[in-house]
Amino acid sequence: MKFGVIRFPGSCDEVDAQLAAERVGEAVILWHADHDLQGVDAVVIPGGFSYGDYLRVGAIARFAPVMEEVASFARAGGLVLGICNGFQVLCEAGLLPGALLPNTSLRFVFRQVELEVVSADSAFTRACVEGERLSIPVKHTSGRFYAPSEELARLESAGQVLLRYAPGENPNGSLNDIAGVRNQAGNVFGLMPHPEHAVDPLIGSVDGLKIFESIRAQVGEPAPV
Amino acid sequence: MASPLPSSGPADKHRELGLTDAEYELILQRLGREPGDTELAMLSLMWSEHCAYKHSRKVLRRLPTEGPSVLMGPGENAGVVDVGGGLGVAFKVESHNHPSAVEPFQGAATGVGGILRDVFAVGARPIAVLDSLRFGEPALSARSRYLLDRAVGGIGHYGNSIGVPTVGGEIYFEPSYEQNCLVNAMCLGLAPHERLIRSAAAGPGNVLVLLGALTGRDGIGGASVLASAELGEGDEAKRPSVQIGDPFSEKKLLECCLELLDRELLVSLQDLGAAGLTSSSSEMASKGGVGLDIDCSAVPLREAGMEPFEIMVSESQERMLCVVEPERVAEVIAVCERWETLASVIGIVNDSGRLRVLDADGVAAADLPVGILVDDCPLYDLEPVAPESPSVVYPGGVAATVLGGAESPADTLLALLRSPNLASRRPVFEQYDPVVQSRTVRRPAEADAAVLALPTGEAIAVSIDGNGRRVACDPRLGAAEAVFECAANLACVGAIPLGVTNCLNFGNPEKPHVAWQLVEAVEGLASACEALDVPVVGGNVSLYNEAPAGPIFPTPVIGMVGRLPDPARAGRLGFAHERDAIALVGWFAPSPAGSELAKLRGEELAGPLPPIDERAIRGAHETVRELVRSGALHNAHDIAEGGIAVAIAECCIAGGLGATVRLPDGLLDPFAEAPGRAFVVSGPESVFAGGPGVAGGPGPSRGVAGGPGPGRGVAGGSTAALDGVQVIGRVGGDELELEGRLKVAVSELQNAHEHGLLEFL
Repeated sequence: MKFGVIRFPGSCDEVDAQLAAERVGEAVILWHADHDLQGVDAVVIPGGFSYGDYLRVGAIARFAPVMEEVASFARAGGLVLGICNGFQVLCEAGLLPGALLPNTSLRFVFRQVELEVVSADSAFTRACVEGERLSIPVKHTSGRFYAPSEELARLESAGQVLLRYAPGENPNGSLNDIAGVRNQAGNVFGLMPHPEHAVDPLIGSVDGLKIFESIRAQVGEPAPV
Repeated sequence: MASPLPSSGPADKHRELGLTDAEYELILQRLGREPGDTELAMLSLMWSEHCAYKHSRKVLRRLPTEGPSVLMGPGENAGVVDVGGGLGVAFKVESHNHPSAVEPFQGAATGVGGILRDVFAVGARPIAVLDSLRFGEPALSARSRYLLDRAVGGIGHYGNSIGVPTVGGEIYFEPSYEQNCLVNAMCLGLAPHERLIRSAAAGPGNVLVLLGALTGRDGIGGASVLASAELGEGDEAKRPSVQIGDPFSEKKLLECCLELLDRELLVSLQDLGAAGLTSSSSEMASKGGVGLDIDCSAVPLREAGMEPFEIMVSESQERMLCVVEPERVAEVIAVCERWETLASVIGIVNDSGRLRVLDADGVAAADLPVGILVDDCPLYDLEPVAPESPSVVYPGGVAATVLGGAESPADTLLALLRSPNLASRRPVFEQYDPVVQSRTVRRPAEADAAVLALPTGEAIAVSIDGNGRRVACDPRLGAAEAVFECAANLACVGAIPLGVTNCLNFGNPEKPHVAWQLVEAVEGLASACEALDVPVVGGNVSLYNEAPAGPIFPTPVIGMVGRLPDPARAGRLGFAHERDAIALVGWFAPSPAGSELAKLRGEELAGPLPPIDERAIRGAHETVRELVRSGALHNAHDIAEGGIAVAIAECCIAGGLGATVRLPDGLLDPFAEAPGRAFVVSGPESVFAGGPGVAGGPGPSRGVAGGPGPGRGVAGGSTAALDGVQVIGRVGGDELELEGRLKVAVSELQNAHEHGLLEFL
């Protein structure tokens, strides 16, 4: 399968995401100004500070030409993974529910955190086991997941929360300790932790690889219609 | 000769710009006329301490700069050493002290931005940042807490946003830094040999292209106003001289420059730092032996109506200057457009040997021989005089007394672990991204040095160190200790030193005792580098770090890069396995002089520091390095501030394991210090069971100690080192026990260590 990783000006983790994706398949870099997804099977919107993020995080990137293609791709059921800034961009683009607010500390935080897999019944967590713990780093200034209480309840009851910070591990004040959510259709997923920085035993944990392996498995075995 | 240029006006204008009367006389003599306003502005910057190193250049000649692994030495934007596989590592440390004292967030941020540009100016992709910070006592000074908070924020803002990991650093607090904080930033970059590029302009007819941000009025005169004079009252008014950083612009500029180099579109490349276009253009011209015509009206401006002198001295950030063959200009501009980076042809290379600055009408606002800008600034001999006893008076005096001296060893240990200089740096490094770019094998607090994997399968290690307190006690030994401590940090991860960069932060060199500190410290650095056979490939000098009440502690900061064959075997800081044997490696005869405990007890700064046995140090470093490389050890940690008790406690804290240790007979003071000389290591009993023989390094590579040649860096001193490996205890349990001295729960150690700095942030 082929991953496409988007590069905006100001993206930082696009090469990391490409390297991680290449552990389970092919991966190419997609340029923000192109209306072309190069026929990829899944899109990754990586971490970083797209367009400097001097406005609200992700607010400018959602208008990039490539994002029109990502939106069409997602509407057609294509798999889209947003990591950190990518999660923020997908929320701004309306492809994911909720919003990412500044951390309660108002500071950038880097930390290796423990996550709990809430549901393994998804395109992005199917290589995990429900209740499993994953050790994956976070690094962000605006990662506090927020949704109005009714929407939050709806997300929870619809099983759209796929990852939570383990008890005591919430680094940013996210509501319900939410670390990652999917859209209603299940083909778009955003998370603040960086699975691409947890794929190499030399560098740390390898737990993040399970996210990429899940996507690989999903593409290899199309979901029943 | 009558000047066609406007005259410089009031006779004392040169003084306002920081030139002495004698220097101005020399300018008149060399030029044969009075300089115009633009010319005087340019000359005053190029002849400033910051650009001309006029008080330090002669002293710096003492440093060894050559070695088999050096690809680029001092004089380029950054030094470069060979790391094998056709790759070079570029690195440099630079200060941004004065701007950070005036506006800490932007001062620190642009310090990072500047050092990143130095590294990609030689064609290397920045792969890591480290920083070395000094502030006044956080417990006593709200200003120091503010500077700490904002400087750390600024470093994170720039490094995190641009996608370069911050992998290490150090922070110390002493009263002498109250008015003059230090913010030194170091960057490492990676480049294939063929992409390395120098800054010499070449080829008359080639064009000068300015890349990056618009030129504004920010930072005008920063080099002379801020960096080359003492700080004092009214510094708020200097804020407009501090530049504002834009990491997003720099990120695009970085990617753009690397693509231009990959496509081989550039003849030469130089960053714009202090003194902006003036310094970058004249240095490029000087190195290439050519002349340049610069058309000010072609420089894209942030605000209208800027005068030529403002354009030439602006320190607006995120700009680079390159020389391009005329037929490649269209390609260059196309690449820049793709990266949304401005590119403007602003001048032409010629063979005149002169730097001409033309205004919109083509009239020369400046027309100077390149040599007068770059080479003619007089270099001063220092007039060093050793201070009489009592030694130099520092602002703030000695720190407030925390310990009376009657505390139990356990309470002393906890006080040390809690002290701001030794407490956990987690609250700081959690504000930095250490993992972006996917090569960080050892993060902060995992090992004594950061370790970065290379595409060759090998790795590099890097450490930054400097202890002003000890240099204040003895500039020569204290500076040498900083070099040995860096090398010891590298040994702990299994790396051998390849090169050094340094930042010399001192007070006013025109004062005899500061001159003496500078000369002595450089001697110490040089002799330590020679002992380790490691060259100094670049660096920076920051002088005039002085307040009305006196100078800062003399603070040479050392950055050292090394190489290790197998990143999977890189050493770790924490104890790892119950029942492992703990060994002391090295010849260790520490002293309480200049120690952290002496500080906590409010004792006067005084030597003597323990002597340095270069042969024994090399031997101990080699022993630890080889044991780490062999995979035999489970942890390795050098013994530095707080002595052996703190070193062992740090291994317990990092590993979450206790230890029972019986200190060797004769080692009476567990808190006495002798940094850079000895180590605490642990591993299976069998590793140490063979007695002295186990510590043997690679026999054939042992040269004659002290002799020249490539073998010397790994040379013997074997006897001292072998004698210096002794088992002193065992890992295990949940308490640290130093037999007959103290017994403390590891959780209590962790608690003290974790909260010491946190309360100030």
